[in-house]
Amino acid sequence: MPPATPQSLVKPAVAVAMLAPWAWLGYLIFLETMQSGAGLGPDPVEGLLHYLGEWSLIVLLCAFSVTPLQRQLGWAVLIGCRRMVGLFAFTFVLVHAAVYAVFYVELDGRLLLQEIIERPYITLGMASLLVLTLLAITSTRGWQRRLGRRWKALHRWIYLAVPLALAHLLWLRKDGYADVALYTLWAALMAGERAYAWRSRQRKIPT
Amino acid sequence: MLIRKPPSIPTSEITPEEIYRDRRRFMTAGAAGIASAALPSVLQAGLQPDDTVTPESIVTQYNNFYEFGTDKGDPAAYAHEMTTDPWTVTVSGEANKTGEFAFEDIVKGLDVEERIYRFRCVEAWSMVVPWMGIPLKDVLAQFEPTGNAKFVEFETLYRPDEMRGQRGFFSSIDWPYVEGLRLDEAYHPLTLMVTGLYGKELPNQNGAPWRLMVPWKYGFKSIKSVVSIRFSEREPVNTWKQLQASEYGFYANVNPNVSHPRWSQATERRLPNSLFSSNRIPTLMFNGYADEVGHLYAGMDLRKYY
Repeated sequence: MPPATPQSLVKPAVAVAMLAPWAWLGYLIFLETMQSGAGLGPDPVEGLLHYLGEWSLIVLLCAFSVTPLQRQLGWAVLIGCRRMVGLFAFTFVLVHAAVYAVFYVELDGRLLLQEIIERPYITLGMASLLVLTLLAITSTRGWQRRLGRRWKALHRWIYLAVPLALAHLLWLRKDGYADVALYTLWAALMAGERAYAWRSRQRKIPT
Repeated sequence: MLIRKPPSIPTSEITPEEIYRDRRRFMTAGAAGIASAALPSVLQAGLQPDDTVTPESIVTQYNNFYEFGTDKGDPAAYAHEMTTDPWTVTVSGEANKTGEFAFEDIVKGLDVEERIYRFRCVEAWSMVVPWMGIPLKDVLAQFEPTGNAKFVEFETLYRPDEMRGQRGFFSSIDWPYVEGLRLDEAYHPLTLMVTGLYGKELPNQNGAPWRLMVPWKYGFKSIKSVVSIRFSEREPVNTWKQLQASEYGFYANVNPNVSHPRWSQATERRLPNSLFSSNRIPTLMFNGYADEVGHLYAGMDLRKYY
């Protein structure tokens, strides 16, 4: 076994960090089963839904931050974490949507359809899930090979999935936008870094 | 069951024992059946056969009171920072008796009644709550509104140093919170000024020392911690209408047929729920109080006056 270097510890550390919200959720559900309302609040379905939704967005923003961070810090090892973080984000979003369909709508197909149509923020959330599903399916090396250059173009759809997720949160709010502002700022910084890097590359190309 | 008492004395000490026990049975056994046995008609109004009273812990820990933050748990966590004694209420506008009144002086001598009401939030969740309160009519009549008074407007306390939600930078609400009723709605026997719940003093997060309760309207109409009562000739501009007139109107009557622009109002999730049952039930016209209040809106287009 090669000796542990700070570099080789990055990926396991990231994995542990990504698992932490699941461990905490496990603890909340344990509390909830001990005493109703103790873990997930007086409205446990909504409590679970919001917990998963919030972490979906945070982990999605983490995935969106890997490339810019790697570029700015110069840690090549971070790129090796990108797929893992992306798949963690997808898992959160998928479970969030599944909890919505199973516990909130109780698998009432007509109600689900009506909600997707009538509640625009749910439409946006579902659209974001759709994009992320596509990215998750094509995240394997096999698909990377098969798609070749188109793989990168496809995975740029993250630029759509992130704003959709932000709009989903913003639109369901009635008031109180502090966290939405924070998440939007985060996304904007990471998008800004990409624009900056892109422009720098353009300048280097001789015309 | 007219209980006349200062709100600090627990119901158990003052209600005749058999009624008190009946109330307990009533809470566990489901509301309407027992209510029809012995209690006056205002108590039976609206309650459906399947309605059961929501546990006190949920009524006091799941609140929308944006003055303390937008999370449902914020009011229970931070409302204790609000001072409710002394409490002064300013009465103004189209009435013979106006001025500043101590809260105790306004409610002194008025009968406090227990009323079990359905409570439906515009966010599509609902509860059934045993309130203690005074018919608003009895409160307002003391001030002798004049013939010009067509509406009554209420304001919540504005005190940013005790209400952290009012200090927030990311809120678009123009404090203080304002709500209003047409005078005939205000004088309806179902309309209460609530001073307690579950036979206890009203907790701060539920709008201490007193709050409005209009059971056939969405919860946001039932303004909390009231410090101003104003009689006016013109329709007040309530806070949510001011914030988003396309989504929240002045009337805000519970109506399953008129959707909120962002969601359906046809059903509601009755609390408590559990992970495995979201307890979704159909929403009723006027929240189940159509027989009692329908006449107030005869001939009105409720799609236009939502």
